[in-house]
Amino acid sequence: MSGFKTLQGKAAAMDRANVDTDQIIPKQFLKRIEKTGFGQYLFYDWRFTKEGLPNQEFELNKAENQGASILIANENFGCGSSREHAPWALGDYGFKVIIAPSFADIFHQNCLKNGLLPITLPAETVDYLLQRAKNQPYDLKVDLQNGIIEDEYNFSASFTINEYWKKMLINGWDEIEITLQLETSISNFEEKRFAVQ
Amino acid sequence: MGKSIIDKIWEKHVVHREEGKPDLMYIDLHLVHEVTSPQAFSGLRMKNRKVRRPDKTFATVDHNIPTDNRKVINDPVALNQMTTLEKNCLEFGIPLAGLDSPEQGIVHVIGPELGLTQPGMTIVCGDSHTSTHGAFGSIAFGIGTSEVEHVLATQTLWQSKPKTLKLEINGELKKGVTAKDVILYIIAKNGIGFGTGHIIEYCGETIAKMSMEERMTICNMSIEGGAKAGLVSPDETTFAYLQGRKYAPDGAEFAHAVKNWKELVSDSDAQYDKTIQIDAADIAPMVSWGTNPSMTSKVNEQIPKLDECKNELEQKSLSRALEYMGLQEGQKIEDIQIQHVFIGSCTNSRLEDLKQAAEIIRGKKVHPHVRALVVPGSQQVKKQAEADGLDLIFKQAGFEWRESGCSMCLSMNNDIVPNGEHCASTSNRNFEGRQGSGARTHLVSPLMAAAAAIYGHFVDVGALLSAETVH
Ligand code: SF4
Repeated sequence: MSGFKTLQGKAAAMDRANVDTDQIIPKQFLKRIEKTGFGQYLFYDWRFTKEGLPNQEFELNKAENQGASILIANENFGCGSSREHAPWALGDYGFKVIIAPSFADIFHQNCLKNGLLPITLPAETVDYLLQRAKNQPYDLKVDLQNGIIEDEYNFSASFTINEYWKKMLINGWDEIEITLQLETSISNFEEKRFAVQ
Repeated sequence: MGKSIIDKIWEKHVVHREEGKPDLMYIDLHLVHEVTSPQAFSGLRMKNRKVRRPDKTFATVDHNIPTDNRKVINDPVALNQMTTLEKNCLEFGIPLAGLDSPEQGIVHVIGPELGLTQPGMTIVCGDSHTSTHGAFGSIAFGIGTSEVEHVLATQTLWQSKPKTLKLEINGELKKGVTAKDVILYIIAKNGIGFGTGHIIEYCGETIAKMSMEERMTICNMSIEGGAKAGLVSPDETTFAYLQGRKYAPDGAEFAHAVKNWKELVSDSDAQYDKTIQIDAADIAPMVSWGTNPSMTSKVNEQIPKLDECKNELEQKSLSRALEYMGLQEGQKIEDIQIQHVFIGSCTNSRLEDLKQAAEIIRGKKVHPHVRALVVPGSQQVKKQAEADGLDLIFKQAGFEWRESGCSMCLSMNNDIVPNGEHCASTSNRNFEGRQGSGARTHLVSPLMAAAAAIYGHFVDVGALLSAETVH
């Protein structure tokens, strides 16, 4: 996984509440046994018509959103199942950052583990961003190191992210490797826990 | 300051704690299924890592198996996932209740049934409805595939401690109102995100009176309210359920375990971040009419109107949902016509659920416009139901009686609701396309599903039952 400190990119607006994981990656695409190649199925039922043609009405199909790497969403984004296929699909499609007033817990966690940065901002701020990005090309600069988002219209907002996850994202670290360095603690814990019972 | 059961279990599982980091938590039980595990095992293989505690890991196949003839698997991709899991379990030494095992079933049904799920444990599975296991007084939550890999390799997880929410339910449930209606009512009233960032402790006299199966139904849908997990303090009902189960402690060990389990109960002065009170008498049989579980009303109510919405966002969601569902604002719930009925899923596929549904159906016939399916949660449930003659009641009424699996809950196999048709379903999610592309799901209890099967539309099962007792 490659890390990043700052990101400048196109932002796409998806002004819908409670976008669930079944929409992000419909279940018929969960049968693969690899982690890659899910981008083509992202938002499949919304993105394509019943005939399999691109649905021109759908946000991500609009001309101004082509090549977007930042997704601006609304409240409770990613609710539903634990399928990590959701962040895999978003990442594979090209997104690196998702901004919303709130995220579902498991999805939030799954993003962080896949190098996808979920940024929680107050609803009014997200509203501003949604309005800016709707129907026109809109660029944002995300500074992960300092926790700042900026646009070219003098807008700037700060966001916080747990220091631990920040470090993991910036460096693109393997979490298991870090945990395995605590092997002695785990063994000691097991010894104590299973001795008592 | 007193501690809640959530605090107590959490503290007992901290392996490593460091300022500015989540806690490193020990995991007591890791359940695995075919859909969210293949990438985790290949991750291990790539780095030459082992499964740390195969003895604390248990696998089954449930999500995409056929429930009619399980010998014939036509979908090569599904078959590949199943054989991949078999190979992985063999290679890494993990016990597997495979397709031909008498212990096979939906992962959240077999964990409790086999006595793997026990009070005080931390339990994870690559599936959001892992919250089901909280019914036993454990902290149980769904994880993604990276975390599955992490648990396989280390038997631990990095977790920030969630907030705590006390949800107290008191009072008597009305006739025809089940645990499913209780949890649907809670989500309808408080919204789909009310539990986000929290672990819920369900308590109060209504919960205390419930069976383990009812508690599982409630905890199962904690995630539909956004909660990380939901649990119920263990009590005599819990201990009685566990005694004699295959993987539960036995003999002197059982008595010792019960003594420990009793200490988990929340202190009377325990502090919570949030509290919600519910009066059981307010609850009626519930029916979801929209595209998330909070879009739910009482059976004798009407679908909300657009001008009743609190704000524009809500209004947009409502009109989008109604369009998808092919319903009108203000329409009476009882007027919704049903073409399919699904009794099954990890929410409502246990023996008690099937018994309740069978009581409604006994001696009646499924409506000619309805196709109805019963999918028991596990092979053991199926066997017991058949021993009790439930299969005959269903079959004589015109239901299909199937093998155990997730089936129409997420329709990864051939059990699909066709585009535009309505299904009364005892499952837990009514998202767009969940039961098939364009499928229209209505979440209900087994009683309500059974009644809808007979009438071809929703009926108030409370009134139905009262009328029957008068006769
Ligand atoms: S029955 Fe449905 S909700 Fe339960 S584990 Fe299976 S797919 Fe998930």
